[in-house]
Amino acid sequence: MQLSIHQKIRIKHAVIFAALLLFTIVWLLPVFGAFLTSIRTMDDIMNNGFWSLPENVTFSNFATAWSDGNLNTYLKNSFIITIPSLFGTLALSSLVGFALAKYKFKGNMFIYLMFVAGMLIPFQILLIPVFRLSNFLGIYNNYWGLIMIHTVFQMGFCSFFLRNYMITIPEELSEAARIDGASEFKIFYKIYIPLSLPALAALGTLQFTWIFNDYIWALVLLRDDRFKPVTAGLATLKGNFITSWSVLVAGAILATIPTIVVFVFLQKYFIRGLTMGSGK
Amino acid sequence: MKRKYIPWAFLSIPLSLYSVWVIGPTIYTIYLSLTNWDGLTAPEFQGIKNYLDLFNDPIFYTSLVNNVKWLVIFMAIPVSVGLFLAILLSKEIKWARGYKAAIYSPMILAPVVIGLIWSWIYQPQGGLLNNTLTYIGLESLTRGWLSNPNTALYAIIGAAVWRHTGYVMLLFLSGLTAISPTVIEASKIDGASAWQRFRYILLPLLKPTTVIVIVITMIQSLRAFDFVSMMTRGGPFNTTNVLAHYMYNEAFKNYNMGYGASIAVVLFAIMFIFIVIYLRQIRKGELE
Repeated sequence: MQLSIHQKIRIKHAVIFAALLLFTIVWLLPVFGAFLTSIRTMDDIMNNGFWSLPENVTFSNFATAWSDGNLNTYLKNSFIITIPSLFGTLALSSLVGFALAKYKFKGNMFIYLMFVAGMLIPFQILLIPVFRLSNFLGIYNNYWGLIMIHTVFQMGFCSFFLRNYMITIPEELSEAARIDGASEFKIFYKIYIPLSLPALAALGTLQFTWIFNDYIWALVLLRDDRFKPVTAGLATLKGNFITSWSVLVAGAILATIPTIVVFVFLQKYFIRGLTMGSGK
Repeated sequence: MKRKYIPWAFLSIPLSLYSVWVIGPTIYTIYLSLTNWDGLTAPEFQGIKNYLDLFNDPIFYTSLVNNVKWLVIFMAIPVSVGLFLAILLSKEIKWARGYKAAIYSPMILAPVVIGLIWSWIYQPQGGLLNNTLTYIGLESLTRGWLSNPNTALYAIIGAAVWRHTGYVMLLFLSGLTAISPTVIEASKIDGASAWQRFRYILLPLLKPTTVIVIVITMIQSLRAFDFVSMMTRGGPFNTTNVLAHYMYNEAFKNYNMGYGASIAVVLFAIMFIFIVIYLRQIRKGELE
């Protein structure tokens, strides 16, 4: 039987479709397994094996993780740390992005490359001095130590990103404003900021998940349990509920809800941020 | 205000903060690596002794080798699988958007969350992996994945690969959309085979994306801390330690701040090679 070229393509696509379906199912097995674990009791899983039908469905694991496991406090802390860091870093980076995109001056390229390099360095090179600095400034073991390092460290990526976005804004716009007597700062916040909103949205989405997911800074800059964000909180939870995997996994799911919400509603911005930021 | 001062007015606050929290600390760590310091008394300058000690430190070697293994696996699996998936999903496949979202969804999860869930998957009793192996009749393969020194490191890297592959796929997908379909069409008409199209057309056109992917992959694999800390804390017997985690342990668990600083500097030095490659790529883009 002779197949037309269209039929061939259709068959090829159907095969790819099936292969991808299978791959995706296997790929999401950990997520599926996590949900299944979180709604069962540990006894049920241990006695009947993972691939058995649940004896009964329970949400008590979530309740245990939420109150006994302190997930309520940890999640609140995560927001208290993430939101100011997010706005701080976006505000500071817009200033940098604007200055680097708009003005030609000696040192422009150097500062730009310094921020790009800064976003790639390993945290380990900063851990000890920032720990000492936070102690010195009296912001060790409270929210501010974390807010400051996130705000400043994330400036590397954000400045890089915003500079590359703002450089595409035509110079004629600011020339016109300047003729009308606008100051340079007014040009920044009346023209560049509004026109950069798509970039700021993409960046904000990305930064929210990055700061929210941070773990090592919380380990280094916090001692008290009551200040810990949810990532460090999960590590504590793992120590306290060592064999109750259904509680631990329920805690992990609760910890993920904010980033999932962001992802579901702002997915477009998230992807735009990732691909724009990776270079051109 | 004089025109030449204007950019500096915008830069003053961000740059001062950046100097205090990032640039200063980088330099200070390099200095600390030349000292003996317990974090309490004054640092005691001792030249390159810490680096000489690193040479004779078996845990340092294990961590370095583990980083290299991590890097090699990261370069092999997520990059090739990510590229392959991107090519498949750039075609008009039903549900392509859903597949994309499903495949990169792990990357929105915190490494700590993934580490916790995968620790459960790898649990010898009741864990998903051993249970599934038993279920499909491969009981002989079951083991304590994270407690067995032969498998622990690969088990951790597996969890990290799961997170990283979707990222690579996304980057290649955005690289592919920049390639004009007419180029591909023209080569099809000229009778190029699928492999030839891939090797001589797609791959060269994807070169800028590939450089970025490789650099990001390298950096991700050297940054590996969260997975190790959450899943094994470097154990059993340091078989899963990596430089980032060893540094943290030395500095903040054993209070060998000077020694920890020297590990950080080694990590920084390795990373620096890739940072320079990346910066060159960026500058090349600027000059065009």
